Amino acid sequence: MKTLLVGEYRKGQLRDSCYELLAFAEKLGAESTLFLVGSPTDLPRTGGKLYLADVAKYGEFNPEAHKQLLLDVVAREKPDAVVFSHSSYGWDLAPRVALALKAAQISEVVDVVDGSFVVPSCNSKLRREVKANTAVSVITVQVGAFNPGQPAGTPTVVALDTEAVGALEFVGYETAEKGGVDLTKAEIIVSAGRGIGKKDNVELIARLAEALGGEYAASRPVVDAEWVEHNRQVGSTGQSVSPKLYLACGISGAVQHLAGMKRSEYVVAINTDRDAPIGEVADVLVIADLLQFVPVLTEKIKAL
Amino acid sequence: MKILVCIKQVPDMESKFRINGAGTWYDESDLAWRINEYDEYAVEQGVRLKEQVGEAEMVVLSIGPDRVKEVIKKALAMGGDRGVHVKDDAAFAKDSFEIASIVAEYAQKESFDVIFTGMQSQDRASAQVGVFLAEMLGLPSVTTIVDFSYADGTVTASRELEGGLKAVVKVATPALFTCQLGLNTPRYPTLPNIMKAKKKELLTVEVAELLKVDERLETSRVYFPERKGGGLVLEGDVGEVADRLIAILKEKTTVL
Repeated sequence: MKTLLVGEYRKGQLRDSCYELLAFAEKLGAESTLFLVGSPTDLPRTGGKLYLADVAKYGEFNPEAHKQLLLDVVAREKPDAVVFSHSSYGWDLAPRVALALKAAQISEVVDVVDGSFVVPSCNSKLRREVKANTAVSVITVQVGAFNPGQPAGTPTVVALDTEAVGALEFVGYETAEKGGVDLTKAEIIVSAGRGIGKKDNVELIARLAEALGGEYAASRPVVDAEWVEHNRQVGSTGQSVSPKLYLACGISGAVQHLAGMKRSEYVVAINTDRDAPIGEVADVLVIADLLQFVPVLTEKIKAL
Repeated sequence: MKILVCIKQVPDMESKFRINGAGTWYDESDLAWRINEYDEYAVEQGVRLKEQVGEAEMVVLSIGPDRVKEVIKKALAMGGDRGVHVKDDAAFAKDSFEIASIVAEYAQKESFDVIFTGMQSQDRASAQVGVFLAEMLGLPSVTTIVDFSYADGTVTASRELEGGLKAVVKVATPALFTCQLGLNTPRYPTLPNIMKAKKKELLTVEVAELLKVDERLETSRVYFPERKGGGLVLEGDVGEVADRLIAILKEKTTVL
């Protein structure tokens, strides 16, 4: 089996996700060739062949040009699978490539079992085993699902060029407002999820955090509802944290949230749903209504 | 301007799921159904665009059994003008390519200036249908948008990237956008608007009239992931559980 792995380049830097793709190809027992719209000054540390298009010419976000460059390489290499990270770059580009190749797309692969690909469904509550009916498949791989080895080596670069012009104009990057809260350094984080029910209840979470001498934080739905400001969001689109204690209150544990807190040393989850995916990463799962439990816990901690 | 919003009805994700008889999806009985969360933002953005340009019509389309009419009606009560129900009792078994093909077949009969979809569904979560649809219709697409503004035939949208970064993109219409959570604040349908929505056109089309392709992806098995967690489960009287938790934190961590 032959795979073509699609690396990513952002704000002038190679993203580490390409090493996860190499780990995925290795798990498949497949040969791999890399593709990257990037810069010759920051190449992946790996051997093998790398098709490189110059990011200075094509831009970091230009899906139509990137698609055409990739299709040219597919025509030359004839891979069995084209593999992306399931990231904002990958899930945007992969379907464009899949449709052009008349290929099935398999999204967010977390495992490979006997030649079938395993993907999550229903907020990771279910797993699906799927198979492509097409000669070529396009695959996106869940970020963090395949652990990379120690990167080493220098690729053999093949330069690429195309005439494709995109309909999208990339204006530039914007960074979300960063306030004074640096959750990455907090030793204790008490985090609020949708289960808190309403904005007024953020106070309960903040009080528990204060009693513990930590910071309070929130998952995406709570920030989207504007109950908590964005600079306290934990997850793939917020901050990645690694406290000694992470207390998840009413957080179901979507993969994007887990990506931001799985390096916590000790995780306690408080949830009414014992099947919530947060239970998978929790050292202790408290099955309770947090509106009743959190105030009781706060008072007992204060009394210590 | 003609606006199309594609929506899906999904189970509440806090439901207790069971596997269906064939072992290829969840059992659809005894579930509470709602509009896919991402699609609710798509509906709201469609209504806002319609309100902004004035001279506009917004069509809401959904594929599935009769129950999906509920979410079409909700979208109409939020401000959509007419609904299209593609009746398909086996929609759950179709892959993203088939679903996108069905919508494309319908959409090419009317020419839409702006199409909104959710960036993914909460149940399948493949994040494919929106982009497939755009590519099938030969339209540019911008995915995962968290900001949208329209002026004189051009849309400026922000794509959400990782780690708090956004990419600002401009594109001329016609174009398709896939909506990320937090794009806007979806409105609640008011009672008068719910009543009005009942009188709006809701056309039913049989899926056989629109489906002209074969599936590309096959599901061989659906199952519950193994619980790896040796995680301790505490439940019962809240006071006692709090005491036990404090004892555990004292023993296992250095924070107390």
